[in-house]
Amino acid sequence: MLRHSALVCASIILASGMIAAQPEVSVDTSQLKGPRPLEDQTKAAAVRDYLESWQGMNQALEQNQPGLLDEDFIGTARDKLADAIDEQAKAGIQTRYEDRGHHIQFLFYSPEGLSIELIDDAEYDVQVLDHDKPVSTVPVSTRYIVVLTPAEVRWKVRVMQADSK
Amino acid sequence: MKPTLPILFASLILAIASAAYAQDETLTVPRSIEAGSAFSIQNAGSGEAALYIVGPGQVLKRTVQLGTSTYFPAGSICNAGHYVVILAQSSGTTTGSFDVTPVSAPSNLSFFAKPSRLPVGLHGGITGAVYIFDVYHNLIAAPTPVSFELSSPTGVVQKQQASTRVGAAWTAMDSTSQQGSSKFVAQAGSVSSTSIIRQVPGDPCDLKMSAQPSGQQLDLQTTPVLDCSGNAVPDGTIVTFTETYPGGQSTVDVPLKRDIAEVKMPAHDGATITVASGVVLGNQIRWGK
Repeated sequence: MLRHSALVCASIILASGMIAAQPEVSVDTSQLKGPRPLEDQTKAAAVRDYLESWQGMNQALEQNQPGLLDEDFIGTARDKLADAIDEQAKAGIQTRYEDRGHHIQFLFYSPEGLSIELIDDAEYDVQVLDHDKPVSTVPVSTRYIVVLTPAEVRWKVRVMQADSK
Repeated sequence: MKPTLPILFASLILAIASAAYAQDETLTVPRSIEAGSAFSIQNAGSGEAALYIVGPGQVLKRTVQLGTSTYFPAGSICNAGHYVVILAQSSGTTTGSFDVTPVSAPSNLSFFAKPSRLPVGLHGGITGAVYIFDVYHNLIAAPTPVSFELSSPTGVVQKQQASTRVGAAWTAMDSTSQQGSSKFVAQAGSVSSTSIIRQVPGDPCDLKMSAQPSGQQLDLQTTPVLDCSGNAVPDGTIVTFTETYPGGQSTVDVPLKRDIAEVKMPAHDGATITVASGVVLGNQIRWGK
């Protein structure tokens, strides 16, 4: 009985920890301009793939593995992140990006369907490690401009650029 | 006289606040710089420290002497974004942040034009979307004027002006009445990007055929098949002749050759012959009694 209770408690603690680790996400399409309507399925896929790109970016920057960017990033965004990883690796630095919240506003769905632009008021913590030793963790709240383009089976991030609010 | 508890708390808060202020004073970071430009970060104190500048797009680390200004020459940070600055010394860390903004002059365009091929005379049939980037491939978010031009093979030009909204602009234009290749140009500042749009004839218009007897056969022949703008419909387009007569029906598909389609079909008395191409129906001929 005691064992069962402990297991349940552990499960609840684990579950609450997992829930807490999920960033808060809100999505707004009221600012969307352009001739092409954004269907719910497309919107859901774009949001899902964009949020996954944060996980991919975090893993790549934490492990200094540019190959981990390939699933989520393409073009300029991929090149710039890969360059940053190269700089990190040379300096013995790793960075961890833990996203806490995203307020996503869709801005533009291009008429031919080849790009979606959104802005994301993102909140995250960036932790810097120098030769595996934590240096500092800094909370950041900033606005990202993001351009997604369709790849074989998913939306990939082509532009991801913080913009002063 | 002993200090009371509220006074102690107030003193503690003041001490913490002044310490935080002093800590901020040890690091002076520019609020914003333009991508690629030189900048300095000043710090106070003495001794050696590590200075980190971290953004997802670029990472820098320098060993600095406290109490000096660290100069970053032009080209040190070219990627627009938000950067966190950390000054790490033995006594602790101090943080700051700054933004790197794109260069305002456009240098690169991403121009998506669709479709690459379409029929003539289609209202709003050609669309173009453009994203504007600076010399470092940063998206220029500030509103920037863009012009779109579609030149037809005959020299007629459609022009439209737009302004970017967070780096993007788009337009829709009509395909022209003349078949051939058109240049579709997007321009921002001195930078332009061109796409070629091939405009092909539309569906046949006013499809007509005539019939001439030739022994037991009928020679059926269309007039030159043109679209509604007068462009010749491409050779190879299928024209369907259908003959319905008492007791049966025959259908023959014929590709256009040199703008016309022709075929021989049996000359049944009382036959009705029709001609069509795609969804376009032509005239009807009744043969014999």
